[in-house]
Amino acid sequence: MTMLFHALIDALNWVWISQFLSVLFISVGAVFFVAGTVGVLRFDSALNRLHALTKADNLGLGFVILGVMLQADSWALVLKYVMIWGLVLVSAAVVSHLMGQRAYQLEQQDADEQDARKQDAPTSSADSIASTEQGDKAC
Amino acid sequence: MNSFYMMIALILLVTMLLGLVRVMRGPSRVDRMLAAQLLGTSSVGILLLLALAFEQSALRDVALVFALLAAVSGLAFVRVWAAGVLAK
Repeated sequence: MTMLFHALIDALNWVWISQFLSVLFISVGAVFFVAGTVGVLRFDSALNRLHALTKADNLGLGFVILGVMLQADSWALVLKYVMIWGLVLVSAAVVSHLMGQRAYQLEQQDADEQDARKQDAPTSSADSIASTEQGDKAC
Repeated sequence: MNSFYMMIALILLVTMLLGLVRVMRGPSRVDRMLAAQLLGTSSVGILLLLALAFEQSALRDVALVFALLAAVSGLAFVRVWAAGVLAK
């Protein structure tokens, strides 16, 4: 009888602890998501935004999945969560690398064009390009 | 617990809305597509939380499909751009 009682107490404790940890992890994940979004909104160049987005976002999703995982009732479900996170990580790594390459190429092109414009005499077409660039910086 | 999951899902939804601002404003196509990537990641989180809140296990499979499609959309974007179909 007492053993049964102790087993019950242990089970209750485990439920309480797992719920507490799950709330903690999910909250931390939400904080990381909010931080990533603020970074995407506030940083001023594409590469900076890439940096904010990839780190904070995937870490936030990792914490949310960790919290959700503690509520799973079978190992198959845990495996599915791990699969989702792994898939998101791999795809984010590949896509961020490709987009970072493109953003870097664009920045180099812009810098080259500006150098060329400094050397040449200003023309009417160069003025129109300069006005669009000022619009970009205002954003 | 259910209301907690839904509250966090709501917070993630707000971050998705804020990400849409970057999709609208983003000076270059890269910025817009990166913000779309952010939307994909947070939608996976939202779906996982809602699967717990509503006890609908099918939503987890939807999250898995979202994780797959985010990669496909980004890759297609870069490939099409590199092929020269899109202007700068």
